Amino acid sequence: MREQKTSKQRGRRKAILVTVAVSLMVSMALPLTGYIAHETGLIHTAQAQESDEEAVNPRAEYWRAVRGGTEGYSAVSGQETGVLIQNGGQNWRAVRNGPVSFYGGSLIIAVLLVLAAKHIVRGRDKLESRTGRTITRWSAFERVMHWYVAISFIILAITGLSLIFGRAVLIPIMGKEGFAAWAALAKPVHDYLALPFAAGLTLLMLMWIGKNVPKSYDFQWLKSLGGAIGEGHPPAGFFNAGEKVFYWLIFVGGVAMTLSGVYLLFPNLETVRESMQFWHIVHSSSGLFLIAVALGHIYLGSIGTEGVLEGMVSGEIDEGFARQHHSLWYEEVKGGAAPAAEGEAAQGTSSAATT
Amino acid sequence: MARMKFLCDAERCIECNGCVTACKNEHEVPWGVNRRRVVTLDDGVPGEKSVSVACMHCTDAPCAAVCPVDCFYTTDDGIVLHDKDLCIGCGYCFYACPFGAPQFPQQEAFGVRGKMDKCTFCAGGPEDNSSAAELEKYGRNRVAEGKLPLCAEMCSTKALLAGDGDMVADIYRERITKRGGRPETWGWETAYKGDA
Ligand code: HEM
Ligand code: SF4
Ligand code: SF4
Repeated sequence: MREQKTSKQRGRRKAILVTVAVSLMVSMALPLTGYIAHETGLIHTAQAQESDEEAVNPRAEYWRAVRGGTEGYSAVSGQETGVLIQNGGQNWRAVRNGPVSFYGGSLIIAVLLVLAAKHIVRGRDKLESRTGRTITRWSAFERVMHWYVAISFIILAITGLSLIFGRAVLIPIMGKEGFAAWAALAKPVHDYLALPFAAGLTLLMLMWIGKNVPKSYDFQWLKSLGGAIGEGHPPAGFFNAGEKVFYWLIFVGGVAMTLSGVYLLFPNLETVRESMQFWHIVHSSSGLFLIAVALGHIYLGSIGTEGVLEGMVSGEIDEGFARQHHSLWYEEVKGGAAPAAEGEAAQGTSSAATT
Repeated sequence: MARMKFLCDAERCIECNGCVTACKNEHEVPWGVNRRRVVTLDDGVPGEKSVSVACMHCTDAPCAAVCPVDCFYTTDDGIVLHDKDLCIGCGYCFYACPFGAPQFPQQEAFGVRGKMDKCTFCAGGPEDNSSAAELEKYGRNRVAEGKLPLCAEMCSTKALLAGDGDMVADIYRERITKRGGRPETWGWETAYKGDA
């Protein structure tokens, strides 16, 4: 019995590690697509046009090296003052104003359209039966953390979006002076709220990581899209597979966004332009990606699903909701009709005890 | 219409830093900000060359393209200026500029930088020409007085040339014809592209 448990725990830890590693790799690799596009000639920047006609002349080599960013000496002290030309900026400009803005913006608009279409065509996911009896789902601490992270995320998203799209969207509406006044507020708000947000997000992610380990029955859930396809509701634990997918997307995006954001936050740490350009691309692309993910989460967590929001507000959800969306968890809470084969069992009983 | 450009003749620059000093003095540039700097390549070995560099007032300026508040504008003379009243100190222009021209009075934790400052080609800013506000924010407006940038005016070897791009190119071409060697219109391809 005991041996079985430890091997299960080991398997679980392994699953977490693998997920984290894959997530990190993807989050680091995604922003690079812009550079790949540039390298393969999809985007033309100025430096590509610099003439190479005097390929054999040693003096031409000399100046080509300068264009490539070789460093000299300058009596003017400061970061990189010896560099005459830094070409990375041209790529950064092309990638930020090009693919990052275009695909990031399109992704957000596409998500909004898909959600609107879903809501119009299928309506909200209805609660099949309301029993009037409730089960405790979230502790007060969990709720406070959730809303703290949610509100600071929304503020960071609005201020961040203002920096990248404000020029195109808000300047025509507010005028340059009006927008500059807003941006002058948005920037410091983004900068000072960032670390408190990152701390909250980290805590929230650690708090819920155990309940988000993928389980075999999650595939069944995903295959039927949570019951949208076929008859009846697929089984689900405390978090259903859809919520787990959200969790890991936010985990991946959150790690990339926090690391890159923190890097950008301290220009006093002698950070060179090349690394700032790189992390800025990671930050803006992961930020836009996260906003798209969060929109889906906000929809499904509010008007998209009947009976779900009250849980995060009061901590209590209706038994009917638990049976419908989290059948395995419900059975555990209700005294383990099925033998509890879950790491979640302990948590489930404790919250049942408080009911 | 004139199209203002800078050109530094690396065969003539002797790294005296006179242009750097003249600029700082003329515009009362804040401590820590240098609108112009001299870079010496292969310092101390044969073939050593020095180049004086500041904002090149680019065609299709990268700084202007990335500024979130769109505070840059190009004058009829092709001079790239910016509005400090709008600037939010995000540092994006500094990331985008190939020449490291944008500078900040501060560089502190939590992205505190203050308003961006850079070479104005001695043409001030959006305030009224030669007003006290213009002097305080952007420095002297010599162009409004019919004068050229002080750095180039007072360069002892006339390595640094400033003025209409065609005239600058003519002077430089004449020098090359007399002394031989290959022309090196340093930085022009990066800054002016097809316009060079
Ligand atoms: C983890 C904490 C975060 C940190 C440390 C951080 C830091 C930064 C910094 C330093 C910048 C550069 C501009 C500036 O100085 O304000 C920035 C820009 C930006 N941030 Fe964040 N941020 C964080 C969280 C977020 C979140 C949660 C989002 C979106 C949901 C976001 C989206 C953006 C966007 C879209 C930009 C503008 C990029 C551009 O203009 O191209 N950030 N952030
Ligand atoms: S040199 Fe730099 S600051 Fe000057 S116009 Fe070009 S990109 Fe802008
Ligand atoms: S630092 Fe100022 S001038 Fe430079 S990009 Fe940001 S807002 Fe524009």
